[in-house]
Amino acid sequence: MFLKQLSEAVGVSGREAEVRDLIREEIKDDVDRIETDALGNLIAFKEGKPEQPTVLLAAHMDEIGLMITDITDDGLLKFKPIGGIDKRILVSKEVVVGPDQIPGVIGAKAIHLQESDERKKPLDYGELYIDIGTKEKEESEKLVELGMMATFATEFEQLGTATVKGKAFDDRVGCAALIELLQQEHQLSIIAAFTVQEEIGLRGASVVAYDLDPDLALVVEGTSASDVPDTKEAGYSTQLGAGPALTIQDSSLIPSQPVVNKLIEVADQNDIPYQFRKLTRAGTDAGALHLTKEGIRTAVISMPCRYIHSPASLLNLNDYQATVELLTKFCQDMEEGGLADEGVN
Amino acid sequence: MKELIKRLVETFGPSGDELAVRELIRGEIEDQVDQIEVDTMGNLIALKKGQDDSNKVMLAAHMDEIGLIATHIEEEGFIRFSNVGGVSPYNLLGERVLFNGETIGVIDKEGKLDDISKLKHDKMYVDIGATTQEEAEEKIKIGDTATYYRQLDLVGNRLVAKGLDDRAGCAVLIETIKQLTEQPTFDTYFVFTVQEEVGTRGAITSSYGINPDVGIAVDLTLTGDTPEAKRMAVSLGEGPAIKVKDRSVLVNPQLKNLMIDLAEENEIPYQLEVLDRGGTDTGRMQLSREGAIAGAISIPGRYVHSPSEMIDLTDLENSIKLLSEILQSDYQGLF
Repeated sequence: MFLKQLSEAVGVSGREAEVRDLIREEIKDDVDRIETDALGNLIAFKEGKPEQPTVLLAAHMDEIGLMITDITDDGLLKFKPIGGIDKRILVSKEVVVGPDQIPGVIGAKAIHLQESDERKKPLDYGELYIDIGTKEKEESEKLVELGMMATFATEFEQLGTATVKGKAFDDRVGCAALIELLQQEHQLSIIAAFTVQEEIGLRGASVVAYDLDPDLALVVEGTSASDVPDTKEAGYSTQLGAGPALTIQDSSLIPSQPVVNKLIEVADQNDIPYQFRKLTRAGTDAGALHLTKEGIRTAVISMPCRYIHSPASLLNLNDYQATVELLTKFCQDMEEGGLADEGVN
Repeated sequence: MKELIKRLVETFGPSGDELAVRELIRGEIEDQVDQIEVDTMGNLIALKKGQDDSNKVMLAAHMDEIGLIATHIEEEGFIRFSNVGGVSPYNLLGERVLFNGETIGVIDKEGKLDDISKLKHDKMYVDIGATTQEEAEEKIKIGDTATYYRQLDLVGNRLVAKGLDDRAGCAVLIETIKQLTEQPTFDTYFVFTVQEEVGTRGAITSSYGINPDVGIAVDLTLTGDTPEAKRMAVSLGEGPAIKVKDRSVLVNPQLKNLMIDLAEENEIPYQLEVLDRGGTDTGRMQLSREGAIAGAISIPGRYVHSPSEMIDLTDLENSIKLLSEILQSDYQGLF
């Protein structure tokens, strides 16, 4: 499936070119027009019939990663986080650095060499480095420049019957769903925005819709799942396998109630499972999108991913299919006049 | 005035669900304005045409109030929740709340939580009298919102109620529309904004749409006049507070001085407000598009964001007087 290429492509915030090129190539025959704006957002237009509404679908291309900030005399690469990274997960992971994907390993002092105190606390960025197998600074400088990004070297693969593992599911799963929508035939107009720099502050989404005038926007995301031991059900954010998660509220957005109600109605009518995202913290591109100019009615549909923002996230493929199905049926409902008469709330 | 405020504060309107408040306000003012509309976010925008249309003045008071949102329903029918805006868990202990403007519930904390300093929203629940999840779900769905359930009371010359932040400001705008004896100097947009409490969001889109030259917010501020209070030179009953600064804005000095001059000329008591916590719609109006001259009239309030916010009636009346004087002034020094 195309999610494999998307997951394995490298696109840390601010360096989304590889992902953008991959998506552009995949969709170019299915859309009428493709633009890239000044920040790097990829915007694809699929024109429908003139009397039909326009839906803006948005997913972000960027992933969290590490920026190379220094090269030591020994040729080791020092780095700083880009986006929300749990530093406890970094040590000993395999990474790739820069556009040429130079392989490396995040190193630190081996356990044999540590004092007992050192084992008790997580390593900080000052103590971690990427080792690309070079011996000295000059040798590293031939391969790596300061400001280059590194990300996890994770192969996409299937686990069991309905689960896949990969990196950057936040938000390549959303990108994959948008691409599927573009590959279908519709009567309404779809604008698909593949945004940049979401992980460092919804920056691409702050500008992407300024020249667009959609009737509403749906943000398609990968979100955290917390259906794991030591979490009470009341504290679950989302559960794997329970269908797409609808946002009720997060730090960046109160979604448009008519749009959320319509999503629920469409899901019920078509027996598509869904759940609510119970966590009301964190934000998505929707936070920036819905406040564009005079405002855009906006909602968020997320696919639950366990171990998000780590080298290996898990996605349930049934959740993915149900998300695509919900988006498809929602578009069909809009084509039949859904939401045309709805007020603001 | 008191009767209007009573209806305003006792109407259900947490951030994102301002419909009932909007309809109430619309009914109060629609016959007295030249144009009225609701934008995509739900802001209510009413225009009073001016004698001169060369400048646009935007006034903003927010309709929304803080509240709760249901995140989970337990098998036994208890509702778990998160906050909508700045709601202290301590204020919620023992409090009654109203979901969707109709379902009453009471709040308590989990029984095993003994250390009150660890009280958080996720250790609390609402009991709506349901005995099973199914029964609770007949009344409440995940994502439904609630507010404090309290009535307005007159205590001395002071009003006590939930939601005075910022229905008191809404009342000032409504009464100003009603009391204006002549056309305002410039085209004046009375904007009743949404989603202020979750990040001054309604003011972002309404400011963009109106593109004002001058923006004035009317909102509650805090005071420093209670026992062992944090230092703040604003007191209840000593007049509207002319904003100098809050976290969202440094007020345009010419606009601030205009307000001071008009207050002194018309013998309206006033105070100056430097608020070191919290932002307001003021900052959004100032930074919209190419910018606007922005300031605010703040109504002093005690116990803000609690179920029993307190304001002084004379402060309200003086806020209306000051705002009316501004709207009918020549805006000297601003343009």
